[in-house]
This record gives sequence, C-alpha cells and structure tokens, in this order.
Amino acid sequence: MQQDKQGPDIHLRDVRLRLGETRFHFVGTVQGGCITALIGPSGSGKSTLLNLIAGFDAPQSGKIVFGTEEVTKKHPSHRPVSLIFQDHNLFGHLDLFTNVGLGIHPSLKLSAEDRRQVSTALARVGLAGMEQRKPATLSGGEKQRAAFARALVRHKPVLLMDEPFAALDPGLRSDMAALLVELHRETGSTVLMVTHDPDEVERLSQRVMFVEGGRIMLETSVSDLGEHREIFAVGRFLRT
Amino acid sequence: MLTVRERWTGIGGSAVALGAILVFIAAAVLALLLFQPASSGGAIFTSYTWNVLRFTLLQAALSTALATGLAIPVALSLARRPHFFGRIWILRLMALPMGLPVLVVSLGLIAVWGRQGIANDLLLTLGLSEPISIYGLSGILLAHIFFNLPLACRLMVASLERLPGEYWKLAASLRLTPLSLFRFIEWPALRQVLPGIAGLIFMLCATSFTIVLVLGGGPAATTLEVAIYQSLRFDFDPPRAIALSLLQIALTGLVLALLGLVKRAEENGTTLAAPSRRFDGWTGTALVWDVVTIAMAVLFLLLPLLAVFMSGLRADLGRLLTSSAFMQAAATSAAIAVASTLLASFVSICIIKGRLAVTDLRDAGKAGRTYRGLLGASSSLVLLVPPVVLGTGWFLLLRPVGDVSCIAPFLVSIINALMALPFVMRVLEPSMQTHHDRTSRLVAGLGISGVWKLWHIDRPVLLKPALLALSFAMALSLGDLGAVALFGSNDFVTLPWLLYSRLSSYRTADADGLALILGVLCLLLTIAGTFERPTERSGHAAG
Repeated sequence: MQQDKQGPDIHLRDVRLRLGETRFHFVGTVQGGCITALIGPSGSGKSTLLNLIAGFDAPQSGKIVFGTEEVTKKHPSHRPVSLIFQDHNLFGHLDLFTNVGLGIHPSLKLSAEDRRQVSTALARVGLAGMEQRKPATLSGGEKQRAAFARALVRHKPVLLMDEPFAALDPGLRSDMAALLVELHRETGSTVLMVTHDPDEVERLSQRVMFVEGGRIMLETSVSDLGEHREIFAVGRFLRT
Repeated sequence: MLTVRERWTGIGGSAVALGAILVFIAAAVLALLLFQPASSGGAIFTSYTWNVLRFTLLQAALSTALATGLAIPVALSLARRPHFFGRIWILRLMALPMGLPVLVVSLGLIAVWGRQGIANDLLLTLGLSEPISIYGLSGILLAHIFFNLPLACRLMVASLERLPGEYWKLAASLRLTPLSLFRFIEWPALRQVLPGIAGLIFMLCATSFTIVLVLGGGPAATTLEVAIYQSLRFDFDPPRAIALSLLQIALTGLVLALLGLVKRAEENGTTLAAPSRRFDGWTGTALVWDVVTIAMAVLFLLLPLLAVFMSGLRADLGRLLTSSAFMQAAATSAAIAVASTLLASFVSICIIKGRLAVTDLRDAGKAGRTYRGLLGASSSLVLLVPPVVLGTGWFLLLRPVGDVSCIAPFLVSIINALMALPFVMRVLEPSMQTHHDRTSRLVAGLGISGVWKLWHIDRPVLLKPALLALSFAMALSLGDLGAVALFGSNDFVTLPWLLYSRLSSYRTADADGLALILGVLCLLLTIAGTFERPTERSGHAAG
C-alpha cells in the first residue's frame, strides 16, 4: 500500500458530541491509505463517526485532522471526501453520465477530456456505454457501481462508505468487494467503511475499527482481530 | 370478509346513495336543458357570454401562474430550513386559508390591500404612483393568490421533503452551487408535482364564486359562476343563466378531464419522519434570502387575518351577538351545517361501504369493477356541476310549483352536502379502507358485529378521520355563500348571507364583527377536527 499519493491519516482528537440523550466521545486514528472496516452494534455510533468525518455533524469539542490539516470547522463541501451510502447514491431523475459528471464539476461544465473521463470511469466499473441510462432502470449492484465511478472521477483522498453492499445479495457482494479492492489499489485513498458482514471485513479490509457505546474501543489490523475476542461484542461480531 | 347480509346492505346502500346523487344532479341539469324560455334568446355564445368565458379563463390562468410561481421560492426556502423555531406554525398558518370562509378572508384582504389599507400606504410611500386596486382583476388575483399560494406551497414542501436525505449529503459533498442544486435536485422534484398543483388551482379559480362576487365588478370582471347568479338574481334572465350554466359544465368537464391526465397533487399525509437535514444554504446571502422570502409570505398571509381580528374587535360584538338578526341567522346556519354535514357523512359512508363490499366479492367480474369505479367517480361528478348551477336548475324546477323560499333551506343543505362530499370521501376512504383490510378477517373470524363492533373495533381507529371530515364539512357549510346566494331572502338568512348583505349595504362595522365571529367559529372547527387526543388504552385500539 505504499504509494506516493496515499490518502491521509484521519485523527480524531478528543471529539465529543451529544445528540439527544446519546453522548459520543471518539479518540483514535484511521490509518491513511488503508481500507478500514468500521464495525460495532447498531446504535453504537458508526454512522455518527462517519458524519463527523464528512462534516455533517459538528463536534461540540475536540479536533478532526486529515493528515496535518485540521478540518473541524470546515463545511462538508470543503472536505476532501467522497461518500457512498447504502442507497440513494444517484439522483434518481438524472442519467448516469450526469450523475457521474457532477462529481467532476458541480454545474456540469465539462470539457471533452472530462467527458472522456466519465465514460472511462463507467467502463472501469463495468458500466460501459450506459451513460444515458436512468438509475430506475439499473439493478442495485449497477447503481453502486455507478457510485464507485463517481468516486473515481472525484479523486478525493478519503472515501467514506456506509454499508455500501448491505442491500446486495451475497454473490454480488463479493464481486463488488473485489472491485473495491482493485480500485483501491489504484487510488490508495483512505477508506472507512461501515459493515455488518465479518466476511467482508476479512475479504477487503486491512484494518478494523470497533465502535461501541459512542467510543472507539479498538483499532487493529484484521489479522489481529481474533486476539481481541475478550471484548465481548467483538466475539459476538465474529460469531464465535 | 363480510357476511352476506353486510355485503348486500353495503351494495344496496351505496346504490341508493349514488342514485340519489345522480337524480339530484340530473334533475337540475335537465331543468336547465328543457326550460322553455318565454323570449327566444337561447344562443349560448353571445358577445356577453363570450366575454364572461374569456375573463373566467384569463383570471384562472393568471391566478394559477402567479400562485404557483410565487409559491416556488417560498417552498424552496421552507424546505431548505427544515428545523427552525416556529416553522410548524408557519406550515399550520398555510393550512388555515382553506378552512376559513372566503367572505371573511375577503374582508381582511380589503382591509390590507384596499384604498385605505396599509399595503397601499406602504407602496405609495415607496414611490408607486397608482395604488393597487383590490377590486377588479388585480383584487381577484390577489385573493386567489392568498388562498392558493399556501396550498401550492405545502404540496411543494411535501414533495421536497420526500427526497431521500442522502441527496442533501451528496449535494454538499459534490459542492453543488445553489443554482445546480435547483437544476439537478429541487426542480426535477417540483416538476413532478407542478402539473397536479397547477391543475387543482386552475379548477379552484375557474369555479371561484365568492371572491369574484365580492371583489369583481361589472361585466368586465365577472366569471361564469357570478354571471349565472347575476342573470338569475338581478336580471332574471333564465335563458342567459342556462347558457352560462351549460358553458360552466363544459368548462369544468374539460378541466376535470385534463386533471385526470396529470398526477393528482397529494400531500400524502404529513410525512411521519422528521424532514432530512440540509447542508446547503449556510452562506449569509442564502440565509438573508430565506428569511426575507419566508417573512414576506407570512406577512402576506397573516396581515389580512389580523385585520379581520382587529376590525372585528372594534365592532360592537355584544350588541351584534344578541341582535335578533344574528340569532336567527346563526340558528339557520347551524341547522343547515348540521344537516348537510350529517348528509355528507352518511352518503360518503354508504358509498365507501359499497366500494368495500364490491371489492369483497371475489367473483365481482366486470360489472362489479364498473360499479366500483362509478361509485368512486361520484365525487368528481359533484365537482362537474358547481353549486350555483345546481341551484339554478332547482330554482327553475321548483319555481312553477310554488314558493321557492320554503324549500330553500333543504336545497341549500343538500347542495352544501354535495360540495363537502369529495373532501369527506377523500378523508374517510383511505382510513376506512385500511381499517377494513386490517380487521375484516379477524372480525369475521370472531363473529363480532353490531354496535359492539362499532364501539370497540371501529371507533378507536376511525374517530379521528371522522372528526376531521365532520369538522371540515361543517366549516365548509357554515362559511358557504355560493349555494345560499341564489335563495337568500329576508326570510332565509344564513350567517354568510347576513354578512354579505351588511357588506352590500355598507354597514361595515356590523360586517367586521360578523366576519370575526364566523372566522372564529370555522377556526375552532378546524382545530377541533385536527385535535390530537391523548392515546387511549392501547388494548382497545384493534390495529
């Protein structure tokens, strides 16, 4: 994973947030250039952590730092981040070309080179020639591929994913995971991905971050996860 | 699953209800068609009717364009700020005009936008040379915007709030500018609901009666409905009234047919989930724009209502409330409102039960489906023939028989009930349908029936929609001037009619006081209908 354009480390320095009755307190680092699986029980704060890094939630105190640059006060649109959700990644009424093209220029002012780039990205994820298709005519897997294509043309060093494969059936899931690993090899970005699937953790991530009760309980390499079964919930996650 | 007896009472009851509606409407239309005029002036298109038709279409088109066009920025601003203090009250304020009597609101509009109103004072100081006239086309447009802008706005906000929350996150992440956000997200969402909204508003404005009666003037600013009324009431020219009525039916028929082609504008209930968070509009300019837009809309809606309130309080309410004219009119209005509400509910329930019963028949076949569709179309049928046309037909029908004023209260009650029917059905049918789907098998299995079922199974679930429908029908009848206008006389006075006669005879203090009373009555009914009861013991609420 050692590349010159490797994505930055993401540091969470004493980040505190209160939403209603729930308190969050995150301290830790997401390793730069790695795919990190974000695991933990429902309601533990996985999505909130993603929202904090993306800028959709602002911490009440503490700092969020990308590499050496502090982004705590930055609006989501000024953070070097791409996003992929479980669903609704594409604007339903716009064709694939527009959906991906918006990743390059927010008013869709595209040069010939940009247009070529959109088509290349679509071909790269296996959607060659489908520029004019509307999302409604695509399968779930194809929609997520298109979302990957947009992340590709955006060239952002950080990619945040909230259960991107949860809505897909198992066969498709492993295809998509393979695609993700392949793309990641080229981009070297910092990927943080929420997942509930232990196979997925093993198959595509190098690191694991375990969140429970609004805190980061563990950050380790995937190979060492087994040694932390003493944390009850980790054990339960690994179904042992 | 219904018992055989329930099924056949359902089908039979609905047949009677449908038959009664058809006969009542057909009698009026036939009376119009078969009326033998003493003088032979039966041409439908005279230069007069042509002018009236042209003005009807012109004002409806302009009203629709202005109300929808102006609602767009307000809806965008409201949707962009899903969480601020008082937002829910602004949305409630926007639901208010629909429940208030048109006549009452017209008084408020005159107070604000009239020659001595504050709006024109302000515009004059700002350097406008000619004041905006509240009478004629500009006044009619203003009033139609007042009633329909909030309606359009609510429907648009609902459509924007239905968009997935991910869109707003993606938009922020992709750095969409306000313009591209509008182009790529907001406009495509609005474009889907716009035809339905515009069609609905066009229909409401093309058949608008009270606004045009009060604010229109002379042949230059008259719509078909008002022209029918004037032909009959002032000029007593039945042939002209008939020609205009037939034009009106053709027009509403055409609009309804066109409306059938576009997607119906529905609010889909108020969305249960809280609206998604938005990450755009965080710049100072956007904030100022939204605050100004929302504030102007609120002022536009609030000022006329406040004016009604303030000038109403200045009237001698004590004397007014105890005057025999008021008590008489209030009693008449109450009787008509209760009668028409009960009738509307009864007929709606018969029709809905009939639809459920036909659905229940597994081997209903084509005849069953046709009948079910016919029952569903009955509420559109009511919209096809507007109240004034119904009144005209029955007026002509009964005039040879004897004194129309004896029968007038019954006619007005029936017409009011028919006017309320589409709304009552729209509220009741979805709830009754869901309730039926959820409980009918269980109820049949347990053999529950009769009063016990009504009280323990139906009441907990259907009480709320029933109250909403009842209060709406009652407010509609209480505030209605359209049906009573043809028949009102010294012997037959309802509250809106009393208000209108006070207004026509320039007894403004009395009119202001009456407007306040009528407005408060309808407001209370609206609140009562939407009143949230504390949830009852859940054990009884058979879900």
